[in-house]
Amino acid sequence: MLLSVENLHVSYDAIKALHGLNFKIDEGEIVCIIGANGAGKSTTLKAISRLVPAEAGSKMTFQGKNLLKYPADKVVSRLHISHVPEGRRLFGNLTVMENLKLAAFARKDKEGIKQDIEWVFSIFTRLEERQTQKAGTLSGGEQQMLAIGRAFVSGRKLMLLDEPSMGLAPLLMRSVFDSLKQINKEGTTILLVEQNARMALQFAKRGYVLENGNLVLEGDSENLLNDPDVKKAYLGG
Amino acid sequence: MKFFLQNVINAVQWGSFYSLIAIGYSMVYSILMLFNFAHGDIFMVGAYIGFGITTLIIGICAASAIVLPNWLILTLIIIISMFLTSFVGMFVERVAYRPLRAAPRASAAITGLMIGIVFETVILAMLGAKRVSFPALIPAITFNVGGVFITNQKIIIVLVSLGLMFALHQFIKRTKWGMAMRAMSFDFVVVPLMGVSINTMAALTFAIGSALASAAGILYGIAYPVLDPYMGIKYGWMAFVAAILGGRGSVMGAALAGFLLGFIQIFVAMIFPSTLRDLIAFSIIIVILTIRPHGFFGEAYSARLRL
Repeated sequence: MLLSVENLHVSYDAIKALHGLNFKIDEGEIVCIIGANGAGKSTTLKAISRLVPAEAGSKMTFQGKNLLKYPADKVVSRLHISHVPEGRRLFGNLTVMENLKLAAFARKDKEGIKQDIEWVFSIFTRLEERQTQKAGTLSGGEQQMLAIGRAFVSGRKLMLLDEPSMGLAPLLMRSVFDSLKQINKEGTTILLVEQNARMALQFAKRGYVLENGNLVLEGDSENLLNDPDVKKAYLGG
Repeated sequence: MKFFLQNVINAVQWGSFYSLIAIGYSMVYSILMLFNFAHGDIFMVGAYIGFGITTLIIGICAASAIVLPNWLILTLIIIISMFLTSFVGMFVERVAYRPLRAAPRASAAITGLMIGIVFETVILAMLGAKRVSFPALIPAITFNVGGVFITNQKIIIVLVSLGLMFALHQFIKRTKWGMAMRAMSFDFVVVPLMGVSINTMAALTFAIGSALASAAGILYGIAYPVLDPYMGIKYGWMAFVAAILGGRGSVMGAALAGFLLGFIQIFVAMIFPSTLRDLIAFSIIIVILTIRPHGFFGEAYSARLRL
């Protein structure tokens, strides 16, 4: 088991966002969490990457280590968990290359960094052409590629992806998910949250359904795709 | 014309002080979105540290009969003082700002002002209300260039200032730390996802800003060899005005506006009675800010560390 989350509670001031989530991810898996807007999908990822604090009583274990002991930057540099945030959040004032190099900020293995950046360029060739361009000038698809590439350089064990399909045309979406498959083949476990449930369930092996801060359903993607409730609520009937 | 050039030289010298201090305000603002209101007092403490180190080095040289060239003494003083003052900056960040990072901005402004007052009081208690005079480090040599008088001190002040600004520019542009600072100025929230510690970056930024303020303090001490515990308020606020004028968070803007402020002050004093200097100078600045509320390089809702 790679990541285990037990009884995860998160609140924003008086508003409760997560009501005690329990889930597990094995090494090498692709897992998705689907749910409506405001269900708590982004919050779940932010709790894992420690951008938002988990409440007392929550437990998270990553490779046998207590994840809650690590601050956000150490989750990346020590545990090698990367996070592609909602809306990409690239550093638009930095060049494509600088964005990638910054992702390697805490890494000391110069050769490895170079290889990883080359690998990113090999699957996202458009980025290589634009490496000296400011990230803010990239198209939506290129930005998503850079956001994923940046995450790949920052941490390779587990990649958390928040709505990678957002704002992308269907064809581009496919190619982004194909690249994610390749990253998974390189040995990176993937946890994905998506509003686009069909896309997510076609991509992932296993999924969870999140509703109002509770995981209400889990199972193999195929079963979820055929589940009448899921069909009705998330797949358009 | 000679009179004009003479004033240009004075303006550049004053601009150097303001710029070096103003950069510290801008750097901190660009990454943490707060104004370090203790910065003027850090400048003052930096000047006193420079005074202490100078006295110490001259004392050691005199006692052991070592004769060091003046340029070496000056270099040593600047480096040691910048190093020590950087810890003052990190202390301020740790004590006055870090515990309040999630608190309303006004609270952090108050703790900043308070720690500044603490510094003033500590210096006052240690050295008394009497002004101390900065030892003369560089014997003044005056060059007469076609009727314009330039002292070697002014040349050194301007060159050291420009050198430090150039070094900072290279640091921000070329190193990974500088890259992280630029990233923070763009999007503070996701920077930890790159494996960058916000606390380390905040400490580093305060350290650099404070070191530059200390350099400004020593250079000021060379030109006007009198230090008093309240010097930080006066010049700190002037530099703060320059930081705003340059555009919140813009390092380049702060540097340029520092020089502009020097020019405005000197040239107003050249034309009008000097008692009216700040009245007229700041009226001009109010007019500029009315036309450009975000300063020269500022943006409406975001601060970006630009070069």
